[in-house]
Amino acid sequence: MDLMHILYGVSFILFGPLIGGIIVGLDRKLTARMQGRVGPPVLQPFYDIGKLFQKERIAVIYSENFWVIAYLIFIVATGMIFFAGGDLLLVIFALTLAHVFLIIGAFSSSSPYAHVGAQRELIQLMAIEPMVILTAVGMYQVTGSFFVIDILAYGGLLIFVLPGVFVGFLYVLTFKLRKSPFDLATSHHAHQELVKGLTTEFAGPTLGIYELAHLYETVMLLGFVYLFFGANPLTGIIAVILVYIIEIFVDNATTRITWQPALISAWIVTIVLGGLNLIGLYLL
Amino acid sequence: MINNDECTIWYQRCFVEFLLLFLIFFPLVLACILLGIRGEKLRDIIVTTGALVIGTGTLYLLIATLGSHATYYLTNTQTVHYILFLLEIGITLFILYLCRKYHQRLVALLVCIQMAILIIFGMGSLTSGHATTEGANLFFDEFSIIMALIIGIIGSLICIYSLGYMRSYHLHHPEISDRRPFFFFLLFLFLSAMFGLVFSNNLVWLFFFWEITTVCSFLLIGYAKTKDAIKNGFLALLLNLLGGITFAGALVYITYTAPSPEYLNLSTLTTAGPDLALLALVPAGLISFAGLTKSAQMPFSSWLIGAMVAPTPVSALLHSSTMVKAGVYVIVRFAPVLEGQFIGMLIALVGGITFFLASCIAITQNNAKKLLAYSTIANLGLVVACAGVGSHEAVWAAILLIIFHAVAKSLLFLCTGTVEHQIGSRDIEEMNGLFVTMPKVATMMLIGMAGMFLAPFGMLISKWATLRAFVDASPPLGILLVLFLALGSGVTVFFWTKWMGKLIGYHEEKKNDEESVNRSEWAVLYIITGLVALVAFTFPLISGTILEPYLISAHNATTESLDKLLFYDDLIIILLMLSLIVVMPLSLYFFRHAWKESYRKVPRYVCGREALSPHSFTGSIGVQKEMGLSNYYLEDIFGELRMLRIGDLCTIALIVLIFAALIGMVV
Repeated sequence: MDLMHILYGVSFILFGPLIGGIIVGLDRKLTARMQGRVGPPVLQPFYDIGKLFQKERIAVIYSENFWVIAYLIFIVATGMIFFAGGDLLLVIFALTLAHVFLIIGAFSSSSPYAHVGAQRELIQLMAIEPMVILTAVGMYQVTGSFFVIDILAYGGLLIFVLPGVFVGFLYVLTFKLRKSPFDLATSHHAHQELVKGLTTEFAGPTLGIYELAHLYETVMLLGFVYLFFGANPLTGIIAVILVYIIEIFVDNATTRITWQPALISAWIVTIVLGGLNLIGLYLL
Repeated sequence: MINNDECTIWYQRCFVEFLLLFLIFFPLVLACILLGIRGEKLRDIIVTTGALVIGTGTLYLLIATLGSHATYYLTNTQTVHYILFLLEIGITLFILYLCRKYHQRLVALLVCIQMAILIIFGMGSLTSGHATTEGANLFFDEFSIIMALIIGIIGSLICIYSLGYMRSYHLHHPEISDRRPFFFFLLFLFLSAMFGLVFSNNLVWLFFFWEITTVCSFLLIGYAKTKDAIKNGFLALLLNLLGGITFAGALVYITYTAPSPEYLNLSTLTTAGPDLALLALVPAGLISFAGLTKSAQMPFSSWLIGAMVAPTPVSALLHSSTMVKAGVYVIVRFAPVLEGQFIGMLIALVGGITFFLASCIAITQNNAKKLLAYSTIANLGLVVACAGVGSHEAVWAAILLIIFHAVAKSLLFLCTGTVEHQIGSRDIEEMNGLFVTMPKVATMMLIGMAGMFLAPFGMLISKWATLRAFVDASPPLGILLVLFLALGSGVTVFFWTKWMGKLIGYHEEKKNDEESVNRSEWAVLYIITGLVALVAFTFPLISGTILEPYLISAHNATTESLDKLLFYDDLIIILLMLSLIVVMPLSLYFFRHAWKESYRKVPRYVCGREALSPHSFTGSIGVQKEMGLSNYYLEDIFGELRMLRIGDLCTIALIVLIFAALIGMVV
């Protein structure tokens, strides 16, 4: 890793939430339009988070803060490794670590809603992890490296050789972005059978930190999408925008499903699309 | 005149030879002494000093041999062979006696078959003029040293822990007759046999020690002499005898087909040239099958699950440093022969399937010991998968897995044992809020669990190398292994994290329940916790000084390919993350105070109802409603019986294929 890439990584600390906030702002605007509403201003996510930090500091148990801060730190670290061109496997495992911190944070309050939310978040983690690992393996098979730098330097469009893996990744991206039909653990929408699920007991600044981490995560996940089209920056950015619009559409067009079909379908997609694509790579 | 340097080398050689023999015989002598000691005080002293001597001995061995290559000792020891043979017959008769006593016809039948094969082997080696074995019988290389360290340090720590544990075990279970002298005899005999096993170059010797570990674990599992204990002891014996039979079969095959008796040596067999590849492959297949039974891979997993009826230190010993590790040890030894072979791939698939399905079963377990047992089976599956793939990257991952698993798993078992004695239950649901009642033990458990599955602790590094090795393994079967690994690691996160959540889960203030844990238990727990952290931080050192030289000599790995095992950039990031994880909890103490000042404590949200305690909320007309939280176990999807049935079917099919391939090769 040279200095420039390290700088990219460090700049993510600043640009991550900025870009993430704008994406989420546009998301809310577009969602509102799809639902026939005017929607909030594009900068609303920034106002929201700013407001959360001004709220009263309340907690069920103090250590909640600790876990949520750890979640933020490791999400940022994960993103930095990714944007500095680091090892995809390390990114994936660090991301899991970050989520484990978040889940333990939810567990620590012993709140019934947060507890069920945490269980569901774990099921989601179990549903998506295999496909994310296969994504990295697929990229390794094509480019011969797990490093983001080398994958970007490959030259060809990965989407042509990894179509199954790409579709599989889109499937689990819906979980990661907390979009319907897979927003089981906690949702952006107000209608929730679990109150706010995983985040029920996070309030004020703690919730603000969680929201901030989510912005970072969104940007990093879209970075994964970019890798499939990375040969050409323009196609890459267009692809990311299209993918996100598709996610918004799916979010608004589907209803939440229970964890059983979510888990089983994610694994079937992983095995069928991901597995066959990887085996196909050998036959080509 | 002898040159000075030569003299030093000769001295060093003699010294190391002495050390190897010492490590085998010293625990044996201790075992015999302990058999005759009934006084607790005296036993405490002997076990503790003995364990310390063994631990220091293995460390000394490491230091004395650092930088030297595989070395071979003890040639032409005809009498020892006869003694071993006689002892072998003695063991067989002993088992037959027990079979008669407990009416175990099937086991008796297997013992007789094994005996018959051994006699054929004996006759064969006499008639073919192979009576005098050639070559070295004992040896050490980097891999044996690692195994010796695991046995010598973790194993003897578990012996020390057992002192306190067994005392309270008999207080808790007055109905079980106190046979502690016999218990400690078995523990040290086990250590002795394990040392013998990893230092044996001669397969006949190795087989002898192999059988002793089988018998020891059988007797330890049956320690309580309850109906359950005896049944499960015989189950372990039965399944391990299947492996013993194929192992003996391998010996016969070598005697009747090998051009020279030297091929009974591990070193000669695993480095046999391409023209003799077949000669090595058949024994490798047979002995690896024996390894599968011993390391409790599906379909033989049931014995290790049954083994949890034994006192907890026995489980810790079987799971972390002895028994099952002997199983994977032999398979990893034969990895150079298995590499790129169809049989190797089949064995790898058995391991892969076991990893995935055993992890799935672990989700459904709320019995802590059973969960740990399934997680052991799963991790061993991963090691077997690596050994079956056999490339040097895979073997690198396999050995690291063995190390990390040994320390983390022993810690978890011992913690569970301590918790069980304090709270009177091994149910994970009962461990709610353990962080309040037993803060130190709970922290240790969290560290152990982190060591089992979380980045940047050990397991992750080996999982990562495993992934790379699988992708490069013979396609497209390698992709199947990748799939099993990917699915399995998602599952692993699930069952560990929900257990962590249980420990952390907030409880009302309760009194500390740790005070009555005795000193020897504390000391051992602290040391092993330290070891988990130590291996996490020093694995690059372990890799550089021990693993890489081993791979170069045993697998003909090149230095360039070894450089790819660990990328410098990754290494830095991992170490940074590790430091962060160590620093963060410390910062908690700092922030705690600030948070206490600035945060207002509120009750948890229960739909606007009043919640005065974590276990209740105010219902209508002021009635206090009880409330409890429990984890998901997803039994509809991952039910134990269902998963076992699928796993047994798949792995039996694979094993039939292995034998078909072996028979095809012989014919």
